[in-house]
Amino acid sequence: MNMINIWFIMKRELNGYFATPVAYVFIIIFLLLTGFSTFYLGNFFERGEADLYPFFSIHPWLYVLLIPAISMRLWSEERKNGSIELLMTLPVSVQEAVLGKFLAAWAFTGLALLLNFPLWITVNYLGSPDNGVIFAGFLGSLLMAGGFLAIGSCISATTKNQVIAFVISLIVSLVFVLSGYGIVLDFFSSWAPATLINAVSSFSFLTHFDAISKGVIDMRDMFYFASVIIIWLFANAIVVNARKAD
Amino acid sequence: MTLRIEIDDLAKYFGEIKAVDGVSFSVKKGEVLGFLGPNGAGKSTTMKMITGFLTPTRGTVRVCGHDVLTDPISVKASLGYLPEGAPAYADMTPDSFLRFIADIRGLSGADKKRAVASAAERARIKHVMFQPIETLSKGYKRRVGLAQSILHNPPVLILDEPTDGLDPNQKHEVRTLINDMAHDKAIIISTHILEEVNALCTRNVVIANGKVRFDGTPHQLESMSRYHNAVCLNIANVADTDVVPFLHSLDFVSGVEPLTSNRGFRVYPTQGKHITAELSQVIRDHGWQVDSLYAENGRLDEVFRSITLNSAQGEV
Repeated sequence: MNMINIWFIMKRELNGYFATPVAYVFIIIFLLLTGFSTFYLGNFFERGEADLYPFFSIHPWLYVLLIPAISMRLWSEERKNGSIELLMTLPVSVQEAVLGKFLAAWAFTGLALLLNFPLWITVNYLGSPDNGVIFAGFLGSLLMAGGFLAIGSCISATTKNQVIAFVISLIVSLVFVLSGYGIVLDFFSSWAPATLINAVSSFSFLTHFDAISKGVIDMRDMFYFASVIIIWLFANAIVVNARKAD
Repeated sequence: MTLRIEIDDLAKYFGEIKAVDGVSFSVKKGEVLGFLGPNGAGKSTTMKMITGFLTPTRGTVRVCGHDVLTDPISVKASLGYLPEGAPAYADMTPDSFLRFIADIRGLSGADKKRAVASAAERARIKHVMFQPIETLSKGYKRRVGLAQSILHNPPVLILDEPTDGLDPNQKHEVRTLINDMAHDKAIIISTHILEEVNALCTRNVVIANGKVRFDGTPHQLESMSRYHNAVCLNIANVADTDVVPFLHSLDFVSGVEPLTSNRGFRVYPTQGKHITAELSQVIRDHGWQVDSLYAENGRLDEVFRSITLNSAQGEV
């Protein structure tokens, strides 16, 4: 694998985000939604606690909605306008292209996440939060975003239609979140054995993210998100290879 | 040997459809191979396999000695490819697009700058370098694609319909560009514009239904025409009824037919021989005055039709 090629592909992709208003629109909507959900839904002030828990706890749900909007174009656009034929006949491997595109999308999401820094300033101004926990929250959120992006990137390679890519990615992402949600687990707990329930909930982004966002950086949670990213990107490369010429 | 492209028994099946079915040919340095065939004959599929975009069902492709199956990156590094329709990244400008290609091709610093400038110059896109590609006309998009393919001065060029959609002036420019590069490269050009056979190619391969039907020089291709070396003749002040029996009586003439457009006849030689000199001599000896007399080279459209249609019937 040639690192410099990954970098060039990532750079081109990232420039592409900012060549159109899409990137700015996305960042503004993301910031509006995080702000709205932190202050109104999360009762940031009423809680009277110096942390960003209301902010982080909404992230899985925001990502389910917003990440497919970033990932949908990664491969389906290349396939639709034929530029995939150009890309795949340049001296780059499929793995390099998959990683380059994924890293571009991930860096972009990371930027959007970082732009929430006024919240961090606010909470530090109002009280004295545990900044280690907040750092863990950002780290966990970034890892989770990577997981959603890897899912979306792989699904984007299966179709030339960005709308289809968006809808399917949204549904699959939702499944990965909901499998750890109380209502869903209750539905299983009435009849399924405990090991199955544990297995289902251990596949959930929610379970792993919750622990990190409370400041518990457990290697198993990190490993979980890393595996999700690697497995979906691996599948992504296989799908690109199989479908590139269709 | 300076074989740059070697293709052996190449085939691609899509389910039951045999898009390419056992194609073999090779291209040397200095050759411009015109790849002809009707739409759907397998031209693009063959080119996609040479460039490593499609995996062959069977057969081998070697480019500059590298096997496309075992060493695709080396193959891709040694060729420039213009895919059908010249796809590019629509939201980029030709400048940023070419610089991206240069990065990927391993060019940096002054080399990169020079390569981008030279490709832009040769493809004549210098004055549109900073407009988004999506706003460019079809002709300019094609030339951006062409600039992309020649950027790294590759030893092998694969161009899928490089002049499709261009106006006559642009076509001429692209042909001049290709001719200028031809001496130190091996080039494959697919086309269904038959005038390019003479304007560009040193050799032709005609395929139909996934099989090679002809492999030879443009001259050999023309000489397969029944019009090859036929002579158009107009004799002044002599009645047609006198001329026709006289022409039929000559042993080197195999047939005579009247021309539809103006007065005169088309005289077919026996066994495709060159008969212009002989014919004009006997007419003068006969005391007639020749108004006009010229030999035809052969008609490519007619040869093309007979090669590709016969084979289609042969398949059934």
